[in-house]
Amino acid sequence: MRTARIALMPLAAAMVAVDLVLIFAWVPTEQVMGIVQRIFYFHVPLAITGFVAFFLVAGASAVYLIKKDPKWDRLAFSAGEVGVVIMTLAIITGALWAKPVWGVWWVWDAQLTTTFILWVIYVGYLMVRAYAPTNERGRRWAAVVGIVGVVDIPLIYVAAELWRTLHPDKVVGPAADEGSLESAMALTLLFSMITFLVLFAWLLTERLALRRAEEALAALRAGER
Amino acid sequence: MRQSLRAAWAIYRKDLRVELRTRETVGSVLVFAVVTAFIFNFAFDPSPQVLGLVAPGIVWVAYVFTGMLGLNRTFQLERDRSTLELLLLAPAGREAIYWGKLGGALTVMLVVEALMAPVFLFLYDLSLFSPLLAATAVLATVGFGAVGTLFAAIAVHTRSREVLLPVLFLPLAMPVIVGAVGATTALLAGGGLAQVNPWFQLMAAFDIATLVVSSWAFEHVLEE
Amino acid sequence: MSITPASASALPTEALALEGVRKRYGTTAALAGVDLRLGWGQVLGLFGHNGAGKSTLLRVLTTLARPDAGSVRVAGLDPVRQAAAVRAAIGYVGHAPLLYDDLTPAENLAFAASLYRVADAQARIGALLEEVGASAYAHRRVRTLSNGMAKRVALARALLHRPALLLLDEPETGLDADGLRLLERLIGAVAQAGGTVVLSTHDLERGLRVADQALVLRRGAVALAAPTGALDVASLEAAVSGEAG
Repeated sequence: MRTARIALMPLAAAMVAVDLVLIFAWVPTEQVMGIVQRIFYFHVPLAITGFVAFFLVAGASAVYLIKKDPKWDRLAFSAGEVGVVIMTLAIITGALWAKPVWGVWWVWDAQLTTTFILWVIYVGYLMVRAYAPTNERGRRWAAVVGIVGVVDIPLIYVAAELWRTLHPDKVVGPAADEGSLESAMALTLLFSMITFLVLFAWLLTERLALRRAEEALAALRAGER
Repeated sequence: MRQSLRAAWAIYRKDLRVELRTRETVGSVLVFAVVTAFIFNFAFDPSPQVLGLVAPGIVWVAYVFTGMLGLNRTFQLERDRSTLELLLLAPAGREAIYWGKLGGALTVMLVVEALMAPVFLFLYDLSLFSPLLAATAVLATVGFGAVGTLFAAIAVHTRSREVLLPVLFLPLAMPVIVGAVGATTALLAGGGLAQVNPWFQLMAAFDIATLVVSSWAFEHVLEE
Repeated sequence: MSITPASASALPTEALALEGVRKRYGTTAALAGVDLRLGWGQVLGLFGHNGAGKSTLLRVLTTLARPDAGSVRVAGLDPVRQAAAVRAAIGYVGHAPLLYDDLTPAENLAFAASLYRVADAQARIGALLEEVGASAYAHRRVRTLSNGMAKRVALARALLHRPALLLLDEPETGLDADGLRLLERLIGAVAQAGGTVVLSTHDLERGLRVADQALVLRRGAVALAAPTGALDVASLEAAVSGEAG
């Protein structure tokens, strides 16, 4: 675990550096949308990483409830915290992209709606711990929220999709047809996705290490009393 | 399993008996629903054209909010005098408490929804009397109840249950709210079974998924 | 007598067997390694200041709280893995009477009987309400009863399913002199019939009189465990407050 953390940091740093060069210097500017399209290389990887984090939250939560071993909750909680930050950035970058391209900050299409609701579920996942009378109950409650959330996500997507298709007048902008990406663009996007996943993995291991230290400190303090 | 069903039935009958005697939950929730429906009148111009567009929204926002009120109450009543402990001491699985409380909450919500139908007719000249609308209400209410009962059991143990229940409940209940509004829109526009079918399928899928997951997860919510 | 517990012969030799039981709430240790053995037909007096761990210990025995470590056997059963069977074997009276205010005592007991699947429910409810002196109030709402009367009904509720173990957490609250005599009589009757009683109390004198064994908790740990025959109020008091003696 410790070695993974130490190895991931330089790897993530190097990949981010290369990624920035690819995005801002190497990849050609998209013809229709112009320079703003470059935010796409941040937005899409962020959103995908956010979903990955959420599935990790749900998976680790399920294992926690079955095995009752707090290490699984540590993983779920850390993935939840990193995930909510990443998802917030995904929503902000999405809005920044949408405004010049679609003319509005926000569109209630299926992907955006699902992303937004997922973000709210993340917040609820973190909130329920803060409100719990004991840490143990907080862990279990959060796990339940995480699991119900992941079961719900496909239904939320289907519901948003149905809402859009059966209410065509409600759609403000076109659900932008991205068209086929030029190969340089596809390569940049792919590299950026891997970069963000590595970055997420590094942040997750850092958060886990910090959480273990926090818990060790709390246990020491409790022993003093 | 059998023992749990029996205990669930006992809890359900106990809840109904208390409610029939006091009529507190139906009473307070119904008044809230009427006031909510009434205040919408001032949120927009209630002309027939506008109403045609927003009526399903009014109906379901009123039902969802009264539903949350009712769900909070069902566990609040058990918590006030610690009687939740009595249920926890019963020699049955935790899912018995889930099914019993869910049954009680669903009954109250469906009764309030039925009593609200004439109110909507009176206030907005909106006729909700049709078998397919009743089916919509049942499908949607089972969905709310399934997630709502789970999260109300969490929220009741916190100081800020009024905030926590909506924060957890509303995003997760989104598919069933969309389904209910979609089906109601189609039906009020004169649609039939063919038009509401996708919405019904969505709500049924939601109901089944959340009932299964919630009754499994409930035990972890209640444990100390 | 209507309070006879289920036949004790079918039960394992020990009513309670606890070893190294720990329970932590946040950073405070509510139970810090409690050992306890108790046979059938015995009454255990559980003593200690508020927050010493009495209620937590009782909640572990009722399956309401899950121990963090250690082994617990209640009537030979594991309260974590055989929770439903343990719950069927115990009757519990806590600080709250666990009654529904808007139902009558008879209805409250009928509800409990359906949860526990009591066979001859109606006859037994009548007999128990008579036993605790609540017959006259059987059909009034619990809301209108005094605390003492509600506590009597709670005792009847706890005995309804003929539990082999009766767990009482400071049951004196609200009871008048008459009610306290009833409490002692019921405890004696359960033990007489081969059942086991755990009584957590602040009343050292009554505890010593009623119990066969005494367990004193201090900050979650056992400060004293001895037969009551060898103890007097002063030595018990010293153990509770932690003064050498």
